[in-house]
Amino acid sequence: MSAAEDLATHAPAVEAVPKRAMTLSTGTTIAILAVLVVVPAFAKNFIIFQLTMLLIYGLAVLALNILTGGSGQFSLGQSAFYAIGAYTSAILMEHYDLNYALTLPVAGVICFAAGFLFGQPALRLSGVYLALATFALATAMPQLLKLGFFEPWTGGVQGLVVTKPDAPFGLPIGQDAWLYYFTLAITVAIYVFSINLLRSRSGRAFMAIRDNEIAASAMGIDVSLYKTLAFGVSAGITGVAGGLGAIAVQFVAPDSYTIQLAISLFLGMVVGGVGWLPGSFIGSAFIIFVPNMAEGISKGLSGAVFGVLLFLVIFLMPHGARQIAIVGQQLIDRIKKS
Amino acid sequence: MELFINQILAGIATGAIYACMALAVVMIYQAIDHLNFAQGEMAMFSTFVSWQLMQWGVPYWGAFLITLVFSFLGGIAIERVLFKPLAKAPILTQVAGFIALYSIINSCAGLIWDFTIKQYPTPFGSSPFLGSQLISTHQAGMIGLTLLMLLGLFFFFRYTRMGLAMRAAASLPESARLVGINTSWMIALGWGMAAAIGSVAGMMIAPVVFLEPNMMLGVLIYGFAAAVLGGLTSPFGAVVGGFLVGIFENLVGTYIPGVGNELKLPIALALIITVLVIKPAGLFGRHIVKRV
Repeated sequence: MSAAEDLATHAPAVEAVPKRAMTLSTGTTIAILAVLVVVPAFAKNFIIFQLTMLLIYGLAVLALNILTGGSGQFSLGQSAFYAIGAYTSAILMEHYDLNYALTLPVAGVICFAAGFLFGQPALRLSGVYLALATFALATAMPQLLKLGFFEPWTGGVQGLVVTKPDAPFGLPIGQDAWLYYFTLAITVAIYVFSINLLRSRSGRAFMAIRDNEIAASAMGIDVSLYKTLAFGVSAGITGVAGGLGAIAVQFVAPDSYTIQLAISLFLGMVVGGVGWLPGSFIGSAFIIFVPNMAEGISKGLSGAVFGVLLFLVIFLMPHGARQIAIVGQQLIDRIKKS
Repeated sequence: MELFINQILAGIATGAIYACMALAVVMIYQAIDHLNFAQGEMAMFSTFVSWQLMQWGVPYWGAFLITLVFSFLGGIAIERVLFKPLAKAPILTQVAGFIALYSIINSCAGLIWDFTIKQYPTPFGSSPFLGSQLISTHQAGMIGLTLLMLLGLFFFFRYTRMGLAMRAAASLPESARLVGINTSWMIALGWGMAAAIGSVAGMMIAPVVFLEPNMMLGVLIYGFAAAVLGGLTSPFGAVVGGFLVGIFENLVGTYIPGVGNELKLPIALALIITVLVIKPAGLFGRHIVKRV
């Protein structure tokens, strides 16, 4: 046998996760949702803002999870789609006075198109080659946004300031709390959509491609269509997250969307568990809170502390937070049986 | 025409840096089958060690050799302590491990040697090479050293038992184990060699880009790009890829109007991706035949 053959026994880059193992049970989901709804009543504005960011990054990680955990394609370019979404929202709000809620679907559609188009050339690439291509997209995006040609819209290096929306209908809650509930509603909608997507015919096609591309095409799945579709859906969700991010942070600038953001999102996915959708939000909590924690432990060595914490997490749970969920589920089952 | 030739020469000079790094990238890719994002930081740390040795009065080539040994052992130690326990973990988890390692080394180097830019000596001098203003003797020396390393690697992999064992362990671990090759140690050895090659790259690059904890970031990106362009399975391809990327980058900067330093990288990457879309396994890479 020559060395240039890759056997089917060779472990695939992304583990095969059965679709039932991709979600939480309904009871747990409703309990968590209830907690999320009640929290703002007891928390300070800064905490509410952080929770909003957690949901937003959670959406972006979820999008990457659909792409990588679902269809087995790897991307380091999510920050580019996030940036497109953020700028779409900001430009529509500031230059065209569009209502903030209406900018999000536009951001989603534009990013879906961008992702779908980018997916076309990316079709020929896989593994590290695809990683490099998406990486190029991520490094190019901040530079493109700075171009003088776009400056009337993007504000160049300065970026754009976005006004924060008030609660509508005279609701007696603060801006932060309103934005939190708004984000929560969208997050729930997208979460339900994603789960149903992965359970649908298209979702099964994604997973078949992830597990074995050749076998999938032999079964009659249009591999190129579904691969680009996965890119499009993932980019679309990331775009909505980007738009929400722009509204929440009230500011967009090219340098907020560097490759560092894409790497953070990737780490969030790994920590949460690749292919486990609820884990996206655990992962997003990791990428929001752990760097702050590391900074708190040691200013000069914050990078090292962050690295050590990350190592601890992947040593203890190489499969991400999903591992804990599986162990917990087994415990519950055992208790039920006895 | 003269401008064109000059730019190509300048491209070859910067390309030597990328070629050096790409060689280290391919080396570790051969041993562990994925890209090590912490490679640049490992090289940076080694370069700092050699700088420290020279500060303590060790002569250049002495420091060079000590650093080589230090990096080799350091690479093996990192594999044994941090990545051997992760060998069974999913690949993406290992990639997260590389990012963690990157963060740790970068932060530690910043704490030990701080973030100010330091001068780094060159053993080849920096006068013009053969009367050309564009290539200095240092750059010529760097190209020579890179080619020498390439030749050494070629002989190592082609004609030594150890090289054969390493190739076997990388291409078919199970069968290699059956014929008595200690595959686990072959991986560690691959890390050690990659770290040593990386340290040479670091020490060659430092006089050009100056020594500081973030010096490798850009170089590593170009190194990856060069390795991927040349085909990740071929050390020769990596070196050619490195020179090509250097030339690309320079020509883009000269002939496309309005391209500042900031747009050089995206355009160079875009060109590389265009090449990859046409030739998905890189210029000199082998196609992996997949079976169901």
